[in-house]
Amino acid sequence: MRVLVDYDLCESNAICMQIAPDIFEVRDDDFLYVLNETPGDERRAVLEESVQRCPKQAISLQD
Amino acid sequence: MTQLRERVTIVGASLAGYWAAETLRRDGFEGLISLIGDEDHDPYDRPPLSKKYLAGDITRDQLSLGSSEKLEALDLDLRLGQRATGLDVASQLLEVDGVKEPYDGLVLATGTRCRTLPKTDGVAGVHTLRTLDDAEAIRTAVQDGAERMVVVGAGFIGAEVASTAVNSGLAVTMVEALESPFSRVLGREMGMVLADLHRSHGVDLRTGVGVEEVLMAPTGSGGDRVVGVRLVDGTEVSTDLLVVGIGVIPNVDWLEGSGLDLNDGVVCDETCLAAPNVVAAGDVARWFNVRYGESMRVEHWDNAVQQGAHAARRLMQADAEAQPFNPVPWFWSDQYDRKIQLAGRSCPDAEVRVMTGSVDEHRFVAFYGHEGRFLGALGMNRPRHVMQSKGLLEQDASWDEALAFAAEWD
Repeated sequence: MRVLVDYDLCESNAICMQIAPDIFEVRDDDFLYVLNETPGDERRAVLEESVQRCPKQAISLQD
Repeated sequence: MTQLRERVTIVGASLAGYWAAETLRRDGFEGLISLIGDEDHDPYDRPPLSKKYLAGDITRDQLSLGSSEKLEALDLDLRLGQRATGLDVASQLLEVDGVKEPYDGLVLATGTRCRTLPKTDGVAGVHTLRTLDDAEAIRTAVQDGAERMVVVGAGFIGAEVASTAVNSGLAVTMVEALESPFSRVLGREMGMVLADLHRSHGVDLRTGVGVEEVLMAPTGSGGDRVVGVRLVDGTEVSTDLLVVGIGVIPNVDWLEGSGLDLNDGVVCDETCLAAPNVVAAGDVARWFNVRYGESMRVEHWDNAVQQGAHAARRLMQADAEAQPFNPVPWFWSDQYDRKIQLAGRSCPDAEVRVMTGSVDEHRFVAFYGHEGRFLGALGMNRPRHVMQSKGLLEQDASWDEALAFAAEWD
């Protein structure tokens, strides 16, 4: 599973970071960094929640 | 999954309703899902309406909740332009445009509508902002050359519209009846910070003064058009556009006599259940949040998403396995080049402490605390710290623990 972020849409609300801090990090520069682009399937549920709750719908998952 | 039901009917095709449907499918529900909405548009996202869509930076298509392929894949019985008109929970009958139909499981997500000023119905140039059509009307008026805007009510929708209008070159006056703008949500001190942000961008913000009368002139085609407002202190402000942002009313009128408990929303238990086989979600739901030990109704985007999902799952669960819905509220608002976020909440006599950054530079995080409890965190352009604070709130951190945590921030 691959985590994709559309940086044209992302506005660094950081809700993803709170849901999956091992995968998403918004740093002090206010930019989002994906810490692990290919997480294991055990993280699917939290990633789906990140997709759902991103206010800009900027995150997608690719199998 | 074991399926308690064969069909689910969702009334309200906006955020909470959409995510209820999406969640049911994601969880493997294969039965019929009817999604009924009184607007003609496919489900769309509302936050951009006061920001990028109003500014003309994005198109209608970019507002869609999910792509058309995704919507199709959900395989919904999507009934747009239809309005639920009645409900009887005892006989398990829903009424849509006057026609009764049985339901198996029911999600109520009818949202809210805007309060309006008296005697302004149909007056040209007077707007509220809730729907795509509302936003379209304001956007068209701005494109047609409106130069001045009066915003009534210093709330978040009004503030976002003001911000977008200023960026589009309009002269904006914002009128707020309370002395402290934004204080209901942010408290007096932080409300003043937001007021300062608007003033620094040229908004003529007038506080402690309400609107006495909307001034109109005949349009020539039989109607009236707004030309200004007279305030209670007697001053008059001329305008081309009047945007009214004075709060919302839950859409529960159609549920009178349904057998449901209505009180500024649909009253639900802590799991979002309103009656057997009936759940509610989003702006219209008043549920008991066990985290706070009180009933609340939350009008935030994130709440609608989460509660839509939670309520849908609740409908598929036996009572014994139902989970409480106990989130820490969170919202964001984009105004000018600032991202404002509040996790948790304030209270009227909360202590407010700036933990990092600078209020004058409009880049900071402030904490709200009361009687040893950590209540909330407000950030301007500090999303990282707000989210860390939200985590603390979810762990029910004490005021001292929160202060100690934030002391590690630079």
